[in-house]
Parts: sequence; C-alpha cells; structure tokens
Amino acid sequence: MIALTAPDQPDRPPHETRPLVLSLSGITKRFGSLVANDAIDLDVRAGEIVALLGENGAGKTTLMSILFGHYVADEGTVHIADAAGQLAPLPGGSAEAALRAGIGMVHQHFALAENLTGFENIVLGTVPLWRLGFGKATARAKVARLMKETGLEADLGVPVGRLSVGEQQRIEILKALYRDVRVLILDEPTAVLTPQEADGLAETVKALSKKGLAVIFISHKLHEVLALCERVVVLRGGAKVADRPTAGADRATLAELMVGREIPPRERAPATLGAPVLRLAGVDVGAPGERDRLEGADLELRGGEIIGIAGVSGNGQGALAALVAGLKAPRNGSCEIVGHAATRADPSARIGAGVGRIPEDRHRDGTIGALSVAENYVLETLAASENQRHGLLRRSAIRARAAQAIRDYDIRCPGPEAPIRALSGGNMQKVVLARVLERAPRLILAHQPTRGLDIGATTDVHRRLLAARGRGAGILLISEDLDELFALSDRIAVIHAGHLSPAMDAAGLDTRTVGLMMAGHSAEEAA
Amino acid sequence: MWAALEILSQANFWAATIRIATPLIFGVLGALLCERAGVLNLGIEGIFVAGAMSGWLAVYLGLPLWGGVLVAALVGALFGLIHGVLTVPLGLSQHVTGIGVTLLATSIAYFGYRVAFPNVGTPPRIDAFPPLDLPLLRDVPFLGPILGQQTAFTLLAFACVIVLALVLARTPLGLALRAVGDNPEAVEAQGLSVVGLRIGAVMAGSALMALGGAFLTLSAFNAFYFGMINGRGWVCIALTVFASWRPGKALLGALLFGALDAYQLRLQTITGGAVPSQIFLMLPYLFSIAALVLLARRADYPRALMKPYFKGQR
Amino acid sequence: MIRFVPRERTPVWLTLAVSVGAGLVALLLTAIPLALSGAPVLQAFWLMVEGAAGSGFAFAETLTRATPLIFTGLAVAVAFRAKLWNIGAEGQLYAGALATVALGAGMLELPPALLVPVVLVGAAVAGAALLLVPVFFKMRFGADEVVVTLLLNFVVLLFVQMMLEGPMKDEMALGWPQSAPVLDEATLPKLVPGLRLHGGLVLAVVCAIGLHVLITRTVWGFRIRAVGENARAARYAGLPVGKAMALVGLLSGGLAGLAGASEVAGLKGYLTADLSPGFGYAGIVVATLANLSPLGVIPAAVFIAAVFVGADSMSRAIGVSNYLADLVVALSLLCVMVGGLLIRFRIVRVRRETA
Repeated sequence: MIALTAPDQPDRPPHETRPLVLSLSGITKRFGSLVANDAIDLDVRAGEIVALLGENGAGKTTLMSILFGHYVADEGTVHIADAAGQLAPLPGGSAEAALRAGIGMVHQHFALAENLTGFENIVLGTVPLWRLGFGKATARAKVARLMKETGLEADLGVPVGRLSVGEQQRIEILKALYRDVRVLILDEPTAVLTPQEADGLAETVKALSKKGLAVIFISHKLHEVLALCERVVVLRGGAKVADRPTAGADRATLAELMVGREIPPRERAPATLGAPVLRLAGVDVGAPGERDRLEGADLELRGGEIIGIAGVSGNGQGALAALVAGLKAPRNGSCEIVGHAATRADPSARIGAGVGRIPEDRHRDGTIGALSVAENYVLETLAASENQRHGLLRRSAIRARAAQAIRDYDIRCPGPEAPIRALSGGNMQKVVLARVLERAPRLILAHQPTRGLDIGATTDVHRRLLAARGRGAGILLISEDLDELFALSDRIAVIHAGHLSPAMDAAGLDTRTVGLMMAGHSAEEAA
Repeated sequence: MWAALEILSQANFWAATIRIATPLIFGVLGALLCERAGVLNLGIEGIFVAGAMSGWLAVYLGLPLWGGVLVAALVGALFGLIHGVLTVPLGLSQHVTGIGVTLLATSIAYFGYRVAFPNVGTPPRIDAFPPLDLPLLRDVPFLGPILGQQTAFTLLAFACVIVLALVLARTPLGLALRAVGDNPEAVEAQGLSVVGLRIGAVMAGSALMALGGAFLTLSAFNAFYFGMINGRGWVCIALTVFASWRPGKALLGALLFGALDAYQLRLQTITGGAVPSQIFLMLPYLFSIAALVLLARRADYPRALMKPYFKGQR
Repeated sequence: MIRFVPRERTPVWLTLAVSVGAGLVALLLTAIPLALSGAPVLQAFWLMVEGAAGSGFAFAETLTRATPLIFTGLAVAVAFRAKLWNIGAEGQLYAGALATVALGAGMLELPPALLVPVVLVGAAVAGAALLLVPVFFKMRFGADEVVVTLLLNFVVLLFVQMMLEGPMKDEMALGWPQSAPVLDEATLPKLVPGLRLHGGLVLAVVCAIGLHVLITRTVWGFRIRAVGENARAARYAGLPVGKAMALVGLLSGGLAGLAGASEVAGLKGYLTADLSPGFGYAGIVVATLANLSPLGVIPAAVFIAAVFVGADSMSRAIGVSNYLADLVVALSLLCVMVGGLLIRFRIVRVRRETA
C-alpha cells in the first residue's frame, strides 16, 4: 500500500508560481452519440503530480489518448510549453508530435515489443530510420545515467518478454524519460503491481516530480491518489466535476465526486456452510517451466462460502482458473469438483457437473462477438433438449428464453438477435452471468468478474454473486482488486509463484499482510 | 546405390543446387521481410510470375539485363503496394487478399504476354545473364566449375541475404521492422508509423519475390513459359517457417531444398524410368509440407503476424 | 480523415449491392488492360455478354460451367466460415475425379440407381480425406493449413498425371494421358436433350440448400459458426472444437470432391490432367463474392461462369486472349473484399484539425 500520509513538500515553491507546462482547454470528443469528453479544461504545472480520477468510461483514457495523439479532439485546444517555457499549440492526431513536444505516456497495457531488448525498446524511434547505426555508446551512457538518477533498475539486455511486469513497467518509464519528457502520463500504473511494488513506484514518481517533471497519474484507486498527488481532477460522464488540492479531501468525498452518488455499503449474511464443492489436494497444473502454473495446491471450498484468491496476475491464477473451468487437467494430486474426481480437461464435463464459470476475459473466452445475444446465452447448453430437437435448433424457444434473461438481468441491448459485440462491457458480463446462474450452479468460478466494469455494473455483479452464495453455491473468486476481495470473501488465500497459501479468515486479515504475501512472503513473515 | 551417392561428388549437382535455390532465396527473404513486419503475403506465387514475365519482357524490348531486374523489382513492389494497402490500413484478410493478388498478378502477366505475342509457337528468347568468368577461381578444382556455372544474379541473391540480415539486426530500420511485427502499439507509441513501416516492408519484400521470378527468365532460362513458377512461391512460404524468419537460415533452407530438387532430378535418370517421374517431382512439395508440419509447434511466429492494427483502437 | 464504425446490422440489400457493384467495378477495371491491348472495349464486353447469356444455348453453357463452381464455392464457403483456410479445393476436386474414374469406369458393375450414388459418395470421401490431412496437421501440430493445402494441390496433380500415364491410362486413347471412360451406368443424366447441362447442377443446388439449412438451423451448424468466430470461447463453452473442425473438413473436402465427380461423370466422361482450369481457386472468388453464404454461392458461381464462358466466346470472335477472364475474376475478388468493408462498417468522415 502507498502510505496514507498527506504529501509534504515544504522545499517547493507554492503551486501557482511554478510555470505552466500543459494547458488543455475546451476538449470535446464524441463517439457517435456518446460524449466521451465534454469541454474539459486542464492545466498542469512543472513538478506537479496531478491525479486524473474517474470510473471506467468517465473519459480519462480518451482525454489522455487525445493528448498523446491517438485520437483527434472534435473541439478544443492543447498547448504545451516548449524548451523555452513558451506555450505553443500541439498538433493533434500524431504520437510523434506529442513525443517531440515532450509528452510521454506509460500505457496500462505496455507498449513494448517483446522480441526486442529493453535497450532496443528505449531507443526505438529515437534515431532516424535510414541511418545505418545507432550511436549505441552515447545511447547506452544516457540510459545508464537515467537509471542511476532515478533508481529505475531493469535488465536491458534480454528480450522484454522474459522480464517481470514490474521490470517492464520500469522500462516503459525509462523509455519516456530517455526522450526528455516534460509531462509524464501514467495510466493505471499500479494495477499490475503488488502493493509493495506500487510503493516503490510512488517513490520514483515523487523523486521525478522534484526534478521538475509534471506527472499525470490516472487511477481509480482513491488511497493512492490521496497519498501521491497534490491535486486531483475528477471526471464523471465525460465532464470535469472537480479540480481541487488533495489536502483536506478524503476518500468518501472523492468517491462521491467520482460516482455522483453515495455508494451503499454491501450487505452480507453470515455464511451457512454446505458440503464441499471443490477439493484440491497436492494439485499441480502446468509444466514446471511455465510461468502461470500451480504447484501442490491444497484448498477446500464449501457450498455457501466465497474464497477469494489474491495475487498479482501471472502467479498461477490462470492455471487455477483453467483447472476449475476444465481447460486444463491436474498433472498431479487429486482434484474433486462437486463430488466428482476431475482428471481430464473437459469443459463440458465441468458444466455438466454444476460448475458455473465466469471467465477473466469476456471478449476472448466468454462470448462470441459475431453471434447474437440469444446464441451466446445458450452457448453452453446447446445439446440440452430445451435448445434442440433431433439436432435442429429450437430457435423460437431460445429467443424467448433469452428475452426473459434480458428482462431479468436488465441487459441493455437492441434485442436477443443483436450481435453481442454491440453491447457494452457491463451488459456483456450480464449475459455471461445470466448464462452461468441459469442452471443454479453448485460451484462458481468468478475470475476477475468486474474487470473493466463501472461501479453500477460492479455492484450488480457483486449483488448477484452474494445472492448465489446465499442459495448455497460455493464461489471461487479470483481478483486483483483487494477491495473487491475483502468486500466479498469469507476466506482469502494468496497465490504467488504457483504456490497457494492456506485460506485465511477474511475478517482477521488486513491489506498489508495480503500485500506482503502477494510479494512472496509467508503468512508468518507477513503477519 | 553407389550411383546414388556418387551424385554428391559431381560439381554439376552442386551447381544445379545453387541454381535451383537462388529464386527461392529471393522468395524466402521477401516472405520473411513481410512476415517480420506482421503481414503474410500469399501474393508471392503471382508476384513470382509477374516478376518473371515483366523482367523478361523489359529485356526483350531492349533494356539491358540489369534494367530488366529493376523493372521486375518495381513490378513486384507495385503488387506489394496493392497487398499492403488492402491488408494494412484496410485490415482485410491477409489470406484471401494474398490469394487475390496472386490471381491478379498471374492473370495480368499471362494476359500481357498473350497480348504481346498472340500467335507464337516457340517462346521468344533473350540473351540471358552469362555464366561468371572468375579469373582466379576458374581453375580451382570442384569449386571453380560450380561457381563458373552461376551468374551475377546469383551473387545478388547472396548479397541480399547479407544485407537483409544486417539491416534487421543492426539498424534502426531493422529494429522498427522487428518491433512492428511483434507489437505495433510499441511502434506507434514511439512516434513511428505502423502503416508506413508495414507497407514499406511488404513492398520491399514483394520486390525481392519478383526478383526470384526474374531470375528464372533472365538467368536460369532465357524465355517465359506459362506455369513456369509451379508452386515455387508457396514453397517459399513453407521455407520461411523452416527458416524461423532469419535470413541466414533462409539461405540454408533454400539450399537444402535446392539440393533435394537437384538430387531427385539426377535420381530420376539413374532409376531409368523404373519409378514414375512424378514420384520424384512430388518430393520437394512433400518435403516442404513435412518441414512445415514438424516445425510448426516450435516455430516462433512474429507475435503480430496476421493481426491487423488500427490506430487508436486498444 | 476517414473512420470505420462497425455496423450493428447490415441490410440485405447492401450485401447484394456490394457483390453486384464489385463485379461491375471489376469489369470496368478490366477495360484498362483491354484498351491498352488495342481491342475494341465496348465490343469486347458486348461479345462477352452475348457469349454468356445471348441465347438459351449460351446460358446453358454458362450454367454448365457454373456447376463445378457452385461445388467449389460451397466447399470454400463452409471452410472459411469456420476459419479453416482451405485453398486446396483444386486438389480435392482432382481427388474426387480420380475416385469417380476408379469406381465408375468398370471396377463396379451396378445398375445406375446404385452406381451413381456410389460414385458420388466415393468422390466426396476422396476429397474429404485429402482435406482431413491438413486439418489434422493444423489441430495436432499447429501447421498452417493454407500452405499445406496449396502444396497438396501440386502433389495431387502429379499423382493424377502418374495414374493417367500408368495404371489408369486408357490404351484406346492413342497415347494421350487420359483415363478410360466412365460407364454409362455411372454417368449423371443430361437435363435437356442436346445441351451439355447435366444432373450435377441439380445436385449442386441441393447441396447449397442443404448447407444453408445445416449452418443456420442445426446444432452442428451453430457449432461451426461458433468455432469459426471465436475458437477460444467455443472451447471454453465446452463445444467440441476438434469434431466441429473435422466436420468442416469433411463437408468442405467432400463438396470439392463432388465437383470433380460432377465434371467427370456429368460432363467429360473421362479424366484428364487438365480437367479443371482452376475451378478450385475460382471457388475462393465465388465464396467471397457470396459473402460466404451458401445460397449466395449459386448466383456468384453463375456470374463467374458467365465471365469465363463470355471471355472464351469473345476471344474466339476478336482474338483477345481469354486470360482476360482470369483478370476479371481476380479483380472481382479484390473489389468484393474492399466492398466488404461497406458491409461490416459504416464509413464516417472525420474532420482532421489541430486539437
């Protein structure tokens, strides 16, 4: 966790006297009828860390994409200070112009070529393409100097695909610094880090800002924003709703600004435990060399409880989810799912046994974009007699049941025949939920069930998962969002480097302990 | 049995190996350049035909031999431009577009040839590249006769291997090309043009492919025949996988294939018709299929191969 | 600057308009090389139209030529639906033709009511078997089926040549490498006396309707579509991905094999190594023109056949090479692909300005 202390920089001049480096005024961007950015003004001064706060879909990414030249604004202007400190207009629609003007961006999904080394990624595009050589010596010297000055350490000599996520992120930041940026945009930089790694990043960012770098920190995590930033700009529904110093603000006020209403606390009844629905004993999944694997996992999940799995992604969650979903077979050990020994990789057998699966990536695994809402709704139960007779689809029955699900789950869509890719993420997830819950599953695998959803849709997913728990289903919740894990789980287990910790009572845990365990410390060390 | 082994000691056999391999070297280099940038170019078969026909026609109409080579390269680049525009900014299926380019290039070449020579019985001929005359090497035993049968066009192929290897490994351009085939977002974020790099790579790659065709009509033979390419382009696509997208290994793969092809031709004469000739002719194709199948799992495909990229769509 | 915005729904008229428009644009583009070659452009086009549809006889000839194209078009359409890039319809056609001769030229002696179905099934099985090899390589080893099917075309053609010069050679054919003729009992009936139109056309249309029903109305058709659109999600949902792919391979290869049977047993009567002037490759164009719809394959095949028949006729009349037909076909493919963008996207103009 980033320490929850107010920022103190007594040695700095007060905010207004520092020179303006970036000024956006009246930025408006529409996608069809959707107004993604509505007349947004934003000023950033040298050495300032500004938080850009907002829910998914509030317009943060769109605004930054305009700044970085991925999109062209429909209205409004961007001015940026040149080397002499004079503000000049920035031509839109060109990443190259943004880079030349001194804007650097670290994307949430790293923009790194994995087959190139860290060094090659850093110098990519900084030398004219038609030149024969690099001037490697000077480049290397500059990178070495930057690493020394900032403390950003990474192995620059191997293909970045082999590096850890944290190292890749440091290379992304070095890439920006190598170009002498004056404004650095960090898009959800902590989403992929352990709390301790996030702390390290915060220290680096503070050090950089002391040297005069302006930083725009995009996040929806309130505690980070309060700890790191001097000023917070809140976007909601594409419009700027607040621009204020962080001093004097607290999480509740920021949350309300972000969501626009009070967030009701989640209610949950005490667990009534039923029979075990998932039992793992010494289970290995995946070859020893694989990065995402499971080793010697023990776990017992009973009906009526939710076990949360915490961990930085890529530490074995994928293997655990694949095992429960039926995509992978256990290599060793015994795995019992709803009373049946699961020895083979067979998704349809899991479905038949009463496992409901919410995949991590609903676009890739959960839905088939070109097929209709109705077809996606019956995807897992095609062979059932209510969907077919003698191999012929019962199309009107399928449509009617899908229409019923659309009403029950309040799925916003043109109708059951609409292709599912036309739906928003939240509505798409509702189709997946409806499909999963339709058959009253005994075991539910919920892998990142609210990733990319706004607060409204998230609340809805949480409510339905808790309701399923109330009906006696056992839920395995895999999430990177600690807030979500603590809000829903009865017990929490931590996964690191393929090892699953024992499930601990959520009531007696704090985020610091979980964070240390996510970084590989044992429960005893972390406590 | 002894006769089958004896083939390997003939200078003639090795000379033929290089001659058969040369168009494939161009083809594999071209294909790997396109694919390194993330674009599969199945137009290769037709671009071979167009290069063979246009290079030859240019020389027939009076251009010097190297002028014909240049014409072929330009024609290849033009078809590369068509393939590039359709698959990169427009993002159309690289498979189907490639087949379309092959059909287009082939039919234009055939139609053009028929327009130029409506009623000829025997194909008209040109004076092709002469064999190299290397004053010092000529008298070296074994090696001399092998190299003495090659032409300057073959040297160009070997030069292209070295140049392409150096460009990919050592230059800023090569860095950008390798990056754009792995993660176009990385390239875009560093201020480079994904579309420009990819179309450029496809044009340059297609020019190389066309040189492969031109070698056949300007060096290996001295005339243009219908059906003379006969799947050589597709073989190059298979050899690209075999070569793991590396110029050096491309050379190796092409030579291996050339050796196999030259060997089966000689084996045919040894067996004296006891085995149908078609069996031998199938071997190179079967070898390509086998190479592809056995290496597919281990192959380290460029990560962004065949994935269209649209700016601002993440 | 232009931006593509995905469509939620595509009106049917637009799909039709794009296919027709693409064909017309292709013809227009063909006028350029035609003019460069010094031919009278308008007259050439008119002769093509007349040659393809100017008389009952001409149109029957077009339909005869369309018959194998419907089969290969369907073969490609069902494969491409499942993202199985079968470029080997040409080879599968020859495999089917070979099976037709093997079964129908004297090996079996059965009444027509039995022999014709036996021959057709045999041809379909041969074509399917040839495609199942690359499908297996794709599923088991991850080998790209495009290159394998392409290369198999050459292998099969060599094999056919080998058979025609060896075991299947017709000794009565005065040294020409061609097979013995198929028996009368194995020959598909003629539809109209005096014309070359044969029962293969009826079979092709039945196959198109059957494939349409299969894809849109049945569980297996659903599975094929699901696997084609997103194989990962299909596997996650527990659909039998491997079986669906195998089924697609069977259907696609089988249909291409039927094209060979129809040509041999319906039209030519014997097998030569130049049986197909590229029907397999043209099938890709037909399927793409039809937007991969089985019913759309029929008009698309008739259009492509008309181009070939018309170009032949024009070529005879004014001596312009009939390779012009291949040019039209290639351009049609590329034009319809570009036009396909209009089906999938709305094209919106965006102002580009300094932001």
